[in-house]
Amino acid sequence: MLSIKNLHVSVGDKPILKGVNLEINAGEVHAIMGPNGAGKSTLSHVLSGKSGYTVTEGTVTYKGKDLLDMAPEIRAREGVFLAFQYPVEIPGVSNIYLLKAALNAMRTHQGLPEVDAFDFLTLVKGKVKLLEMDEKFLYRSVNEGFSGGEKKRNEILQAAILEPSMCILDETDSGLDIDALKVVAAGVNSLRAADRSFLMITHYQRLLDYIKPDIVHVLADGRIVKSGGPELALELEAKGYSWVEEQVA
Amino acid sequence: MSAEQVKSQYPAEYGKVEALLPGQSVSWLNVLRKQALASFSSQGFPSLREEEWRYTNVSAIEKKLFSPVVLAEIGAVDTDWLNTYRLENTCSVVLVDGHFSETLSDLDGLSESVRVLDMAGALEQYPEDLEQYFGQAVSHEEHSFVAFNAAWFTDGLFIHVPAKEILSKPVQVIHVVTQADYMSNTRHIIVIDDMAQAEVIETFIGCDESYLSAAVTEVFIGKNADLTLYKLQLEGEKAYHFGGTYVKQDADSRFKHHNFAFGGLLARNDIRTDLGLASECELNGLYLGIKRQHIDNHTRINHLKPHAISRELYKGVLDQRARGVFQGRVVVAEDAQKTSSEMNNRNLLLSNDAEADTKPQLEIYADDVKCAHGVTVGQLDEKSIFYLQSRCVDEETARNMLTFAFANEMVEKIKIKDLHDQILEQLLVRFPQEGIEQEWL
Ligand SMILES: Nc1ncnc2c1ncn2[C@@H]1O[C@H](COP(=O)(O)OP(=O)(O)OP(=O)(O)O)[C@@H](O)[C@H]1O
Ligand SMILES: [Mg+2]
Repeated sequence: MLSIKNLHVSVGDKPILKGVNLEINAGEVHAIMGPNGAGKSTLSHVLSGKSGYTVTEGTVTYKGKDLLDMAPEIRAREGVFLAFQYPVEIPGVSNIYLLKAALNAMRTHQGLPEVDAFDFLTLVKGKVKLLEMDEKFLYRSVNEGFSGGEKKRNEILQAAILEPSMCILDETDSGLDIDALKVVAAGVNSLRAADRSFLMITHYQRLLDYIKPDIVHVLADGRIVKSGGPELALELEAKGYSWVEEQVA
Repeated sequence: MSAEQVKSQYPAEYGKVEALLPGQSVSWLNVLRKQALASFSSQGFPSLREEEWRYTNVSAIEKKLFSPVVLAEIGAVDTDWLNTYRLENTCSVVLVDGHFSETLSDLDGLSESVRVLDMAGALEQYPEDLEQYFGQAVSHEEHSFVAFNAAWFTDGLFIHVPAKEILSKPVQVIHVVTQADYMSNTRHIIVIDDMAQAEVIETFIGCDESYLSAAVTEVFIGKNADLTLYKLQLEGEKAYHFGGTYVKQDADSRFKHHNFAFGGLLARNDIRTDLGLASECELNGLYLGIKRQHIDNHTRINHLKPHAISRELYKGVLDQRARGVFQGRVVVAEDAQKTSSEMNNRNLLLSNDAEADTKPQLEIYADDVKCAHGVTVGQLDEKSIFYLQSRCVDEETARNMLTFAFANEMVEKIKIKDLHDQILEQLLVRFPQEGIEQEWL
């Protein structure tokens, strides 16, 4: 699904990612953990095409295509979805409109007809229910005035409607209360499928209790310094990152 | 003409038309017109040297001698075109080239006790009433456009809503200028007595040629009375426009102003309100400038008495080579304790050649007040653009969505549906960008 090879990324003159290698196969769930400032969000931004980053070395291949060569909206239409660590508020653009615009842009890209208004509403209302959201959120401006947790839930609502192939979740768990975490995790789990992969960035084992990863990676100082099974997350929780850093050094 | 020639040419013209202006038999008005003319003759049009005019160069207006349409013929109006601007469920007063048109106006369905009529007619029927108001909210000394207007006005609108009356439908006054080089100078007086309520819409339209349209509106809102005034400035693209709205608010009154400035080559708009005890005003504005348009908005809120509330939000969208100016002044008098005031001006620049000059001014002489102001001049937020792109929206559409959403906030405040839809339509046809859709809301 996604193959990252020796990825080096700088912001200005400052190198942030220093040779990231990552293979994600269809249907797999990968978790990335790592200290603050390690470059986790940078990786998610580079994958989704945010400007301001320079790829100085390396390649990213998505479904056999060069991902880095695509405009952000093309990546999205091809099925790469980023749930942001800090979702942006867009006053004046309604949530439901954006959902519809996004879905239709994706369908058009795939050569499918635009979704009809009734089917769309049925689909959206179903997903709203799945995420235990109030329908009122649909008619509010995108993320405007949403609480931290509501924003995160809204990101997963978008994913649930767009059904992307490669879902990148950047600290979706942060800001969620315990009940909300369960709901959001259930939403994510309902999306799990043989042809869909996940890359979850998180600081906490807690999320991984609900969404079981196949592989856990530690990203530190711009590199993946350790990878392992779900037990790695438990070890990290117990011993901290200094333990990995010592091992690497 | 040079600025000096302006000072002499206009008064020289005056002799030819004087006898044809309305209100000849009204002695106080004759005196006032003479004073205003003298005032204009000594100053000419405002110059960049004046603080209130430093961003707006009106010398283009001086190049021509615009004359009131009393000697020339009032132009014919294409009624189909005019009707596209006429709002449903309103009374309408149509002023063609500065003169009331009875055939185009429609004043049916108003209660007998309410006075809504043309200024020329009102000067004949109610000269004593008018004397109490004329020049009381703004004197010709305000600046020379007001003086110019007082000297030359040919007609206008007089609205008087007596105490406790609610105007059954909004009154729309449509200003139309039909010919190149014509001047429309109109004068309006709106009086809303204690506990009365009204809504008035001022619409400005005109031909594609260069002309001058000037309108001065004086407003008097009684105790606990309520007025919402909408201004839709859709002048032709070569037009010069000056509009002044001067308001006196009595205790507990409410005044809302919605100002949409989309038209004209050079447009200046002044709004001033004097707030009485515990009164409220809300000033909203949206200006959209494209091509080489210059749109200037000046507002002044005078908190004269305690406990009044003022809220102001002006937004500007400036594209291509347009320039927008906002000068907003809030003055809190020594006596105006417990004032609450907020003023904001936000400008969106869509091209490198567009410009926004913004100057908020707060003058506070009382000590127990809450006053805030903020201004921004900027481009579209890159983070928001990226967010939309990451949701499958292409960059150009993302930019258009954000631009439209920015402007639409002001349109959404309009609760008269037909007016709301008209403003939206005008906004959409004027945006230079293609593919902006109403559905985005
Ligand atoms: N635009 C930028 N300009 C300068 N430095 C930047 C920029 N963007 C990111 N960085 C730096 O790159 C490093 C990695 O940032 P990133 O946001 O990817 O970290 P992270 O691993 O997601 O951290 P956290 O766990 O706190 O979210 C940080 O040191 C950050 O300050
Ligand atoms: Mg991060």
